[in-house]
Amino acid sequence: MNRSFHKSQTLRFYDCSAVEVKSKFGAEFRRFSLDRHKPGKFEDFYKLMVHTHHISNAEVTIGYADVHGDLLPINNDDNFSKAVSSASPLLRVFIQKREEADHYSFGAGALSRKKKALVTLRDEGPRRRAHLRIGVPRDFRPVSSIIDVDILPETHRRVRLYRHGCEKPLGFYIRDGASVRVTPQGLEKVPGVFISRLVPGGLAESTGLLAVNDEVLEVNGIEVAGKTLDQVTDMMIANSHNLIVTVKPANQRNNVVRGSRACGSSGQSPDSAASPRGLPPSRVLQNFHPDEAESDDEADIVIEGALEPARAARGSLSRPNGAGLAHRLQRELTLGGPGRDSNGSVHRLLSSLKADPRHSLVLPQGGVEEHGPAVTL
Amino acid sequence: MRRFLRSGHDPARERLKRDLFQFNKTVEHGFPHQPSALGFSPCLCILAIGTRSGAVKLYGAPGVEFMGLHRENNAVVQIHFLPGQCQLITLLDDNSLHLWSLKVKGGVSELQEEESFTLRGPPGAAPSATQVTVVLPHSSRELLYLGTESGSVFAVQLPAFRVLDNRTISSDAVLQRLPEEARHRRVFEMVEALQEHPRDPNRILIGYSRGLLVLWDLQAGCVLDHFLSSQQLENVCWQRDGRLIVSCHSDGSYCQWPVSGDTQHPEPLPSCVPYGPFPCKAITKIFWLTTRKGLPFTIFQGGMPRASFGDRHCISVAHDGQQTAFDFTSRVIDFTVLAEADPAAAFDDPYALVVLAEEELVVIDLRAAGWPLVPPPYLASLHCSAITCSHHVSNIPLKLWERIIAAGSRQNAHFSSMEWPIDGGTSLAPAPPQRDLLLTGHEDGSVRFWDASGVCLRLLYRLSTVRVFLTDTDPSGSLHAQGEDEWPPLRKVGSFDPYSDDPRLGIQKIFLCKYSGYLAVAGTAGQVLVLELNDEEAQQVVEQVEADLLQDQEGYRWKGHERLCARPGPVHFEPGFQPFVLVQCQPPAVVTSLALHSEWRLVAFGTSHGFGLFDHQQRRQVFVKCTLHPGDQLALEGPLSRVKSLKKSLRQSFRRMRRSRVSSRKRQPPGLPGEGQEAGAKVERAGLQNMELAPVQRKIEARSAEDSFTGFVRTLYFADTYLRDSSRHCPSLWAGTNGGTVYAFSLRVPPAERRMDEPVRAEQAKEIQLMHRAPVVGIVVLDGRSVPLPEPLEVAHDLSKSPDMQGSHQLLVVSEEQFKVFTLPKVSAKLKLKLTALEGSRVRRVSVAHFGSCRAEGYGEHHLAVLTNLGDIQVVSLPLLKPQVRYSCIRREDVSGIASCVFTKYGQGFYLISPSEFERFSLSTKWLVEPRCLVALAENKKHRPHRNGAGPEKALGRARNSGGQSDGEERRPGPVMEHALLNDERVLKEIQSTLEGGRGSYGDWHSRRVAVGYSLTNGGAE
Repeated sequence: MNRSFHKSQTLRFYDCSAVEVKSKFGAEFRRFSLDRHKPGKFEDFYKLMVHTHHISNAEVTIGYADVHGDLLPINNDDNFSKAVSSASPLLRVFIQKREEADHYSFGAGALSRKKKALVTLRDEGPRRRAHLRIGVPRDFRPVSSIIDVDILPETHRRVRLYRHGCEKPLGFYIRDGASVRVTPQGLEKVPGVFISRLVPGGLAESTGLLAVNDEVLEVNGIEVAGKTLDQVTDMMIANSHNLIVTVKPANQRNNVVRGSRACGSSGQSPDSAASPRGLPPSRVLQNFHPDEAESDDEADIVIEGALEPARAARGSLSRPNGAGLAHRLQRELTLGGPGRDSNGSVHRLLSSLKADPRHSLVLPQGGVEEHGPAVTL
Repeated sequence: MRRFLRSGHDPARERLKRDLFQFNKTVEHGFPHQPSALGFSPCLCILAIGTRSGAVKLYGAPGVEFMGLHRENNAVVQIHFLPGQCQLITLLDDNSLHLWSLKVKGGVSELQEEESFTLRGPPGAAPSATQVTVVLPHSSRELLYLGTESGSVFAVQLPAFRVLDNRTISSDAVLQRLPEEARHRRVFEMVEALQEHPRDPNRILIGYSRGLLVLWDLQAGCVLDHFLSSQQLENVCWQRDGRLIVSCHSDGSYCQWPVSGDTQHPEPLPSCVPYGPFPCKAITKIFWLTTRKGLPFTIFQGGMPRASFGDRHCISVAHDGQQTAFDFTSRVIDFTVLAEADPAAAFDDPYALVVLAEEELVVIDLRAAGWPLVPPPYLASLHCSAITCSHHVSNIPLKLWERIIAAGSRQNAHFSSMEWPIDGGTSLAPAPPQRDLLLTGHEDGSVRFWDASGVCLRLLYRLSTVRVFLTDTDPSGSLHAQGEDEWPPLRKVGSFDPYSDDPRLGIQKIFLCKYSGYLAVAGTAGQVLVLELNDEEAQQVVEQVEADLLQDQEGYRWKGHERLCARPGPVHFEPGFQPFVLVQCQPPAVVTSLALHSEWRLVAFGTSHGFGLFDHQQRRQVFVKCTLHPGDQLALEGPLSRVKSLKKSLRQSFRRMRRSRVSSRKRQPPGLPGEGQEAGAKVERAGLQNMELAPVQRKIEARSAEDSFTGFVRTLYFADTYLRDSSRHCPSLWAGTNGGTVYAFSLRVPPAERRMDEPVRAEQAKEIQLMHRAPVVGIVVLDGRSVPLPEPLEVAHDLSKSPDMQGSHQLLVVSEEQFKVFTLPKVSAKLKLKLTALEGSRVRRVSVAHFGSCRAEGYGEHHLAVLTNLGDIQVVSLPLLKPQVRYSCIRREDVSGIASCVFTKYGQGFYLISPSEFERFSLSTKWLVEPRCLVALAENKKHRPHRNGAGPEKALGRARNSGGQSDGEERRPGPVMEHALLNDERVLKEIQSTLEGGRGSYGDWHSRRVAVGYSLTNGGAE
């Protein structure tokens, strides 16, 4: 855990067209490079891998760590070329014998989970069915899911947006409007909040579970009725790391029919990976409570440690942010004792660093990339 | 299950909560917004002010305040007290009349609306027939005469507002009874003035707008006398003995009309145009007041030469060859003169002029030479320069209090020594439990120190930071440099001055240490001044330091204002707070946070770019830290250009829209050349319409590190705590930013004996990034007993238990969205309360407050008082972060009200309800500052010997001072004590003896004030 952080000396500067690959099988490492722009076929790559690791007789699965530290599979040409092109700059490849491959190894958070280092980033529900194997969905990072189907009226839909590790913006707008309710006195118009716009390419649009003119009923389990647009906006932003919106879709034709497979997507978009692990979604948030739902993915980053005292004494302690990033990272990494419940998740750190241009902009070239902390840990 | 537990209902806790928390809006401090009417009761000695929003506020002796609000929310046009009664009539601009009474309930008076009434004419009559222009409460106390636009005067019986038709004085009736020669002109039109004869209640004077004055006999129903002026009438005034009428006119003249008892038509004395001979504006109101010495006072409003001074708001006082035109900085609403209250007295002997201007109340002492101003104990013009920030300090040590008052009294040397002349009623409120200061920072670079202990917000001291800087204007001011022979003899009065010489001077943050007398103020152009209280005047150099908050960051260009230029060389400072250090942030962005630690002699300041720490003992900068992220261009542009750019961007977006529409049009097959333009314009119009019709929408997006203004430093906090390890505590500085980052620096402050020799050292020890990235608005460290750390020097002054340094400390970080408790020294989250996620409200203000129990003496708890963006006030418990109570306090639309809110350390608070008024509220059951006062009339007043001058009041005053009743007051508060007063024979004797002593001087006004209240109360109670 507390393995010290060391910089690679070999990769100070890299050629933009060459992607350095570091593949790992068991405790063995191999290093080689690929052409970023012409990575070739997956089949060739597979052959190369089994060849370099001298395991040509074994069936293996190949995975790589993406920029968020998630372990994603390489099993066809597309994701292979994606892996190569998105390598920044090092492509870390993990090889496992297929029979040994952990069923849950792929997906977000897989790396850290495997290492049992920290709390899982997303609560998958306590009881995972161990050997249920569903082919494709788990190879993707979940972006959204429909949950609580069994406890909601069929006309409503509760959508969970996973923003974690996703660079996509949430990407939707809400507005005031009037909603028609059926009351004993007849139809009544009450003020409501509606989705007014989806940003193309945003997370909300890409899920296909939300659409313009859907009425927002709840935000993370809190009813929206009686709240102003600004309040609802603030609530959504406050929950943006784990946003669960209950909507009444404007288009009621695609509603989930109760009793059928619960995680059916709305059908509007094929890439909405609803409930990726095939567990009954109702488990996830049944008897939903905000405190439970918030999970631990709101852990704050704490950077501790002393700066060089000499600097402080000079009366100009400040330095351009991130200049001493490596130094800082080291601190973060060494501090992370296993007992930290606030999960100084390296993931989090990574993603936050990623998201923070302060760091990325002033990152010394070749400074930290070789040993992404996810690997060292 | 957890949810159930959270809202768990613990009866014991609920009971305790009732003992601890209670919400009240207690009093409004400051000057009413948009006053529209003034009333004064000579017998109650109470002043009434009506506002455009329909409020009516009564003020008597300091602490005696009442407020009423008309349901209609229409502007109050006139206020008249009923003679000799605790009642008043208000006329609203919807022509309705309202009767208000001061009723005693449970030992305190309350202002209540009793009745309302609208004068109705016969069906079909023009509305002007009943449009009330003048109200005359008759001294019989039963009748109200209403002059109308039609020229009729209606009589209405009180209190039921019954119209007495048979007593209506119609203009026809008057016309018939006029002598032949006066009838030929159309002299009537509306009633401008209605005055009762000062000696004979059966006669009233009716003045019509065309210039006719009629003396009407109410019983006989006939014209006793008439006077015809050639000019439009504005107002009239009786001489006290009823032998002379003074009328004022629209051409700026006034006339005197002798009233002889006989029916012989008198000749007017020559009319007088005080500011002639060139055309003058109207004199709208005039007072003619006799004095014992012989020469009368003439006091009138307006009449200035139209061309050169027509825009001035003036009231002129002329007496004994002296004449002054008081020139007010805002429009004069109305004025009145305080004179002998007893109608039977021979002379008016005016002693004070009370002027209600649009923005302030000015009282002028007419007895003292030069007619100086009387400092008002209430109705302060908080906004004489716009308020930019406020800071409250509770429980000021007596020593500092006295020094501030001493410094302030030197500033008030030019004021009159007269005690406040409006002194009706008695304040029964207990003495304030402690001395509280409210400091307001103003746009003109001044800081005002207000006594906020009690009901009256009184100005103690005014500090100006302008002297430190070079500004365009000379601070010595040329306002009073009027030449001797200037005519009209204008004299500027009043403190309202909304014009700021330089907006950069504005004060944004204030921090006062009440133990050491150190004060730090910070302003709009990044200036931070450290000041020290000095009882002597001084000539000193203010040391200047520049704090470069951008440090090594390059490629930035500050587009905002330039920094202020400091005055070189030594500057002269009057006694009071004198600056000795000036830190100027670079870039000179507005200072957004400020903290002062007087024990360590450190001041910390933050802007949108970063923060810095300055050692004001050694006058050295300890460190600066840039919090800006490189992409944040907006933060660099500065506030001024931001406003501009908003406008620009709006304009640009319109243009862009137009362009895109036009160009999309162009791509279509080309039509006629003119058509394209036309269509473009049409499209543009349609686009505008669409924009207007489009509903408001809000973007839902997580906060990101790239957002603008994340580096904005929102809060700074000093704490002596366990920052690095749990064995050793050390001084630390904490800073929270808009982007949800908390920085902690450990400090090494050399011990006192080597304080000047060794530098203060600082090292960054921690950096916490809240994942939700909401702005950090508060940082507090809780000690081992979960009590917030005391203020610096508090322990040294034995005013606080020393903090528990044994147990483990905790860090509370309040962001706009969450409250979060972390352990120290290892920062890990322990507890949190997610306010925004649960309620959709965000924290705007948060402050630790001590709530005492109203039942158990000495029991109290520390909690957080929180104001949200919805205007709710909540109490959140410490250290468990459980919401305790919630009250709605400010309208959520009232953004400036919410922004102005300031909490005290004892569960009270202030916020601005208008630019000039603070509302005071209390969350505590124990600390409640509200007016409790009694106003009552002596029923037997008529039978008692009339007051002769100030004699009796003074006598009563002495009686109070003699201590005869004061012990009674101690033991039995409230209405019981006046019996103590009366039962005390000694007191009565003393009263009598002084009565015989005749007139006294006005030297002892203070005691008089209290005493009058008692005497009134006595009567009421009997």
